[in-house]
Amino acid sequence: QAAWSSEGFGSHWVRSVSVDLNNDASLVIDIPDALCERDKVKFTVHTKTTLSSFQKPEFSVPRQHEEFIWLHDTIVETEEYAGLIIPPAPPKPDFEGPREKMHKLGEGESSMTKEEYAKMKQELEAEYLAVFKKTVQVHEVFLQRFSSHPIFRKDRNFQIFLEYDQDLSVRRKNAKEMFGGFFKNMVKSADEVLISGVKEVDEFFEQEKTFLLDYSSKIKDATAKAEKMTRSHKNVADDYNHISGALNSTAADNNTAFKKHLEKYAEVFEKLRKLEDRVASDQELKLTELLRYYTRDIQAAKDLLYRRARALADNENSNKALDKARLKGKDIAQAEENQKQCLQKFDKLSESGKKELTSFKARRVVAFRKNLIEMTELEIKHAKVRRLKCCVYHYMFTRQCSGSHGKPGNLREF
Amino acid sequence: MSLCHFYPSLVIKFFRVCVCVCVELKMAASSERSPPPFPDSEEPELLEDSDEGADAFTGTSISEMDSPSPDSTRPPKDIFNEPPEDIFSDPLSNINSEPQKKVDAKIPSPSSDEAVDLFSDPLDDDSEVMSSPEVQNPMPDLLNEPVEAPKSDVLGEPPVHRDAARQQDVFEDPPKSSSKSSSVKKAASSEMFGDDDDDEDLFKEPPKVVTKKPQPSGPPVDVFTEVKSDVKVKPQVKDDPTDLFAEEALTAPAPKPSAGSSSSRTNGVHSEEQDLFSEATVELSLDSPRNDRKNKDAVKPSVSAPAAPVASSSSKAPSKTLKELEEEESEDKFDLNISITNPEKVGDGMNAYMAYKVSTQTSLTMFRSKTFTVRRRFSDFLGLFEKLSEKHSQNGYLIPPPPEKSILGMTKVKVGKEDPSSAEFVERRRAALERYLQRVVSHPSLLQDPDVREFLEKEELPRAVSTQALSGAGFLKMLNKATDAVSKMTIKMNEQDVWFDEKIQDVENEEQHLRKLHVMVESLVNHRKELSGNTAVFAKSVAMLGSSEDNTALSRALSQLAEVEDRIEQLHQEQASNDFFTFSELLADYIRLLGAVRGCFDQRMKAWQRWQDAENMLQKKREAEAKLLWANKPDKLQQAKDEITEWEAKVTQYEREFERISATVRKEVIRFDKEKARDFNRQVIKYLESLLHSQQQLIKYWDAFLPEAKAIV
Repeated sequence: QAAWSSEGFGSHWVRSVSVDLNNDASLVIDIPDALCERDKVKFTVHTKTTLSSFQKPEFSVPRQHEEFIWLHDTIVETEEYAGLIIPPAPPKPDFEGPREKMHKLGEGESSMTKEEYAKMKQELEAEYLAVFKKTVQVHEVFLQRFSSHPIFRKDRNFQIFLEYDQDLSVRRKNAKEMFGGFFKNMVKSADEVLISGVKEVDEFFEQEKTFLLDYSSKIKDATAKAEKMTRSHKNVADDYNHISGALNSTAADNNTAFKKHLEKYAEVFEKLRKLEDRVASDQELKLTELLRYYTRDIQAAKDLLYRRARALADNENSNKALDKARLKGKDIAQAEENQKQCLQKFDKLSESGKKELTSFKARRVVAFRKNLIEMTELEIKHAKVRRLKCCVYHYMFTRQCSGSHGKPGNLREF
Repeated sequence: MSLCHFYPSLVIKFFRVCVCVCVELKMAASSERSPPPFPDSEEPELLEDSDEGADAFTGTSISEMDSPSPDSTRPPKDIFNEPPEDIFSDPLSNINSEPQKKVDAKIPSPSSDEAVDLFSDPLDDDSEVMSSPEVQNPMPDLLNEPVEAPKSDVLGEPPVHRDAARQQDVFEDPPKSSSKSSSVKKAASSEMFGDDDDDEDLFKEPPKVVTKKPQPSGPPVDVFTEVKSDVKVKPQVKDDPTDLFAEEALTAPAPKPSAGSSSSRTNGVHSEEQDLFSEATVELSLDSPRNDRKNKDAVKPSVSAPAAPVASSSSKAPSKTLKELEEEESEDKFDLNISITNPEKVGDGMNAYMAYKVSTQTSLTMFRSKTFTVRRRFSDFLGLFEKLSEKHSQNGYLIPPPPEKSILGMTKVKVGKEDPSSAEFVERRRAALERYLQRVVSHPSLLQDPDVREFLEKEELPRAVSTQALSGAGFLKMLNKATDAVSKMTIKMNEQDVWFDEKIQDVENEEQHLRKLHVMVESLVNHRKELSGNTAVFAKSVAMLGSSEDNTALSRALSQLAEVEDRIEQLHQEQASNDFFTFSELLADYIRLLGAVRGCFDQRMKAWQRWQDAENMLQKKREAEAKLLWANKPDKLQQAKDEITEWEAKVTQYEREFERISATVRKEVIRFDKEKARDFNRQVIKYLESLLHSQQQLIKYWDAFLPEAKAIV
């Protein structure tokens, strides 16, 4: 475990997605600890609070990914929160990458040298740790979004989630429910198309809708492209690694003084690998992860718009129904009641929706700012470290070069 | 095997990680908090990366640095932080334009290394400084002298010079007869780069150094304080202590009073104290005599590394003549520059070919003029190779192989007009031909060949005819045949010479390794190209996102980011071509050259075979003679005796030939090894330079982007 921290990830252990916490100390949540068992990750959710609705000021409970999903789903299903942007559910822990490498490592164990094996293992551990951290972080952010929200923080289910120290006995969705969910999505998309015909009454929402639709497709695209870019960056780092390994094995079979040189070259590439790897993983953490998160968050905002549009459509229908009832002269009271309710709901949704979307915008800008700055700083830092490395090695090799020929090194070229 | 089996208790304590961060933060605390968030931020990183980053400067962790002297509790920060900024960030950007600045840029570390030099140089020949038995003392002397007594000829500051030179000499060319001026020149060069072999050792050995030190805090501290006070007392001359030394250097009758040396003086005490600190610290870790010896051992091989094949091989098969030859060779430095430029398509259609301008620049008297150019086509180069092989390969000479014929590539060039891939092909071939020709002429014996001279000088060359057989595939086949033959013969040949036995094996192994390496470098090239493409695509996507963004500042920042990514794409592309031209091609060359080396071994084998056959024949003849004697047939006896004499002569001749070819091959292989080390070093340096350039650009781009990101509101 000590090896993991020395890998240097520790230094980058910064939140990749900013949550505006308002510096409110009355409810502070973090995930200090997590345990990986087979496919499952158990998170320790730690809460510190001054709110009287909790029994104790500080407590920790174990929670699994499924329970987070349960929390998300119950919140989504709560009618009351229809006017709020519901924090997007954290994605399922995905250890496929490191697992695949693990497999490769197991397969190639016999054909590898001890050093290669150790290096691979180290690399794997680093990658595993990176994924693990990302997973923990995204779950933590999910909870922090709730705790920092004036309404969600008071939610009963949320508080249970934080406080109840037993298993919430949430089971995994079975096939039927999965299908149900899928079906619901289908209906929703169809419905979206249907209600898109309803005339928007509020220009703010009209604009938001166009913006979010456009933005969502753009950010999705950017996320995919960023992922691709980081992946190829990782490939470059891997190549450095292989080159380093090949140089080392070349050195191992060399009996001349060239051996030393080869070892040095291998060292250069090993360093390059490490540095390039960090560039790639920082890019991943700062940029790709940000884009990913906001792809989900924008979906949540779009869901809010959908719920409001649905209410708008309902409202319109109730108006029509009222007109009809009045025309026919029957069930007027019922229709009036219905119309009143729909209008009320719609107004409420519109009002809170407006607030939510405005704060969403501010949050997004803050997060982008923060992450772009951090990424840039990391990029600069990495470039500088690499430059330093290159300088040091350049100097070293130039020295050797000039040493052996009595010619001054390649001063001019440099 | 699942992950969890692999990590039996996968309880990852995050606070542990946090503790780690804390420690790192503490280490970097002071600078971390300083207001301008970015420029300083490099420093903490250097610390954070201390597992690797810090080793640039003595490598030891801070605690180790602290231990010997309480005074240096603060300095580490400076050592690690300031100089890197100095050395690498600022001046570097100017380097290209101002060579002198460059020297400055190098300063801090070399200077500290010079100090190390003094201590680690065990062969303290005749310089006064070095002859002092107390290894710790020279340092103050050195530093004081220039201030107090700038009298001595070379001693004011130049001791350093001389030491460096001497060390260089000692390690590099055993015959110290080399003229003073040349050694000084070397000194200058080595000075500029300080002594990095010591660096290397520092990299590797710091922990040991610290633990082995017997009396760490005694003299070193003195040195440190003395040095410090010295600088503080003297500055009345000018407010900057730097000038003190600079002047000294100028007034001192330094044998080579070039700008380079004088400014490297300034390096010695580079403006602020921190360098002194670093010097002191470096000393501290090296002050034990035992370590000196250790250092020496470690230094020696690496300094002489490129030339060392001689040493190492001769240790196995000690032969004076070999060494002498070696020296002879390295001494006849011929001045001959060859470049190939202006590839030009001649003719049309399938009869078209590329012609290259071969320019030679030389002061060698064997040529009619100093500069001359000829136009040659690819087949001419192949023809040259054929002629040379015909004449010289049976003598065991290593004939550099030309690049392979590529029908596909050439057809593209013939058919396609302005295709970028065919342009790349042409450039690749041009560079390969240039390297080929340079290898030919740098071979002392091949250079004497009239065909080589003719190739370089003669206006019209008779068209090479038989090169068709030497197409890429044909060439490879030829090589393979040669190897087959070799391997068959190896079984038969009872190798008497251990050197050859091992070398043959080494060459085969190396070829295999280089092939693998080549595959990996190719993969790097491809992946980098892929990265470049993906970056371009991402840049476009971000630009689109920026256009959709309704926050003006963020929108602007995103489109700026897109621009940055676009530029980075260019960098990746350039780097990919650097990967290819400096690295991949080098390996390709050496794979071919190793094939040629095996060809040399093959020639030696053949000679051996001939000798053995003759030996057998002689044996038979002798038996026949014995039979004749037995049968008492005197009439045929005379003829048999004649034959024996004839075969005895042949055996002697073949044996001599075998010995000669063995010597030649050995010499050739040693020369090859040397060239190889030099070539690799040169290319790695070039490669590092390209990377350096990339990083430089990256920093520039991101630096420019940072305010944009900060401007988001």
